[in-house]
Amino acid sequence: MRNWPLVSLVAALLAAPAAIADIGSRIWGTGGVTTIEGSAGGGLVPWALLGSYASDEEWGGTLAISRAKVDDYSLSVTGAGLNWNNRIELTVAQQTLDLDSLVFTLKDSFGLEQDELRQNIFGAKVRLAGDVLYSPWGQWSAGVQHKRLQDFTVPGAIGARDDSGTDVYVSGSKLFFAALMVRNLLVNLTARSTRANQGGLLGFGGDRNNSYELMMEGSVGLFLNRQWLVGAEYRQKPDNLGFAAEDHWWDLFVAWVPDRRLAVTAALVNLGDVATLEDQQGLYLSLQGSF
Amino acid sequence: MLSLKLHSSALTMMLAAALMLGGCQALDSQPEPSLYQQLGERAGIADVVEDLLYLIVEDERINHQFKGIDVVQFHRNLTDQLCQLSGGPCTYTGREMRELHADMAITNTQFNALAENLILAMEENNIPTGAQNRLIKQLLPLYPDIRNL
Repeated sequence: MRNWPLVSLVAALLAAPAAIADIGSRIWGTGGVTTIEGSAGGGLVPWALLGSYASDEEWGGTLAISRAKVDDYSLSVTGAGLNWNNRIELTVAQQTLDLDSLVFTLKDSFGLEQDELRQNIFGAKVRLAGDVLYSPWGQWSAGVQHKRLQDFTVPGAIGARDDSGTDVYVSGSKLFFAALMVRNLLVNLTARSTRANQGGLLGFGGDRNNSYELMMEGSVGLFLNRQWLVGAEYRQKPDNLGFAAEDHWWDLFVAWVPDRRLAVTAALVNLGDVATLEDQQGLYLSLQGSF
Repeated sequence: MLSLKLHSSALTMMLAAALMLGGCQALDSQPEPSLYQQLGERAGIADVVEDLLYLIVEDERINHQFKGIDVVQFHRNLTDQLCQLSGGPCTYTGREMRELHADMAITNTQFNALAENLILAMEENNIPTGAQNRLIKQLLPLYPDIRNL
């Protein structure tokens, strides 16, 4: 279990409220959770919200571990983030994709012996304007995610052009009070320019398309109360590789935020066809600690 | 291992059906009580404001901004204001919000702290989530005046 140090750290942070009493001042649930790429958002889609609960005179941070298990793959993510004055968010994330069934395809078709793919993601997001709760036009942020694969053998063999790439995105988030069944409705829209194949785990650019394309991503979530958020996400994807078609992603999620220190997210995810293996569906679970 | 093969179209229909059911139930039930009634009328609002004041005094982020206020007058004015905003038969007689907060340089941190304390005070008084949301929605237009934006 390579995640144990991080689990222990999260546990220590949660168990020491007296030592770190200055958790941020933003209202519960407005820190979002940690996406699979480290940026604050939902599970698959970054939002305009910045991680942790730091408000305009405060620092904050997050640590997260996440795992997605779909039919033929499993993805593990560890992530950490810092937030300065609810203005700038800096994040790092490491993704490890266990190839499970794809190992056989790679061996038979390409003679490759590899059972996992790893990627590091360095993210920065700046809040440009507005506040998700208080501004009539919501909160607007822009961000980058610089992604670096640790081993390019498999992505290169299936037609990817580069082992690193940088996604650029603009995101808007707005909470509508008492909007649906007198519950608060959170709406997010993100436009991302990217060359990443399957988020980057299959490299960047490809034989079918090698240039940046604009992808739309969206989420809606309903706060049942201030501790429970249920919703759905959709993420449009490029289709750069002739080797296998790439589908859009979507999920249905429920997040439990008992207080500012802890967020637990569970989701049903549908990644569509991934590298020749069809209809990848499964469960996603994420644990986030904030300080 | 997982047999969660939900088709997206079926799922969309389920969600739509759930939303429609929710909507029909709302239509069938009695007319929703007014926000003022849900807050417990003026007496209920006065209790919320009293608990809010206790929370403010304890809150290091904002209590300095309230030093030297006339507590009785503040309690009466804020109670009248929330009563009026929630549709009750009250008239706020205090000073205009922008003028009142002009020299206080209230930060977003402080505004969030007050919002948090208001929510906690409403929870202490068992105000339902929907009524909390409706009251905050009524208070949102005051944000630029209080922050002096």
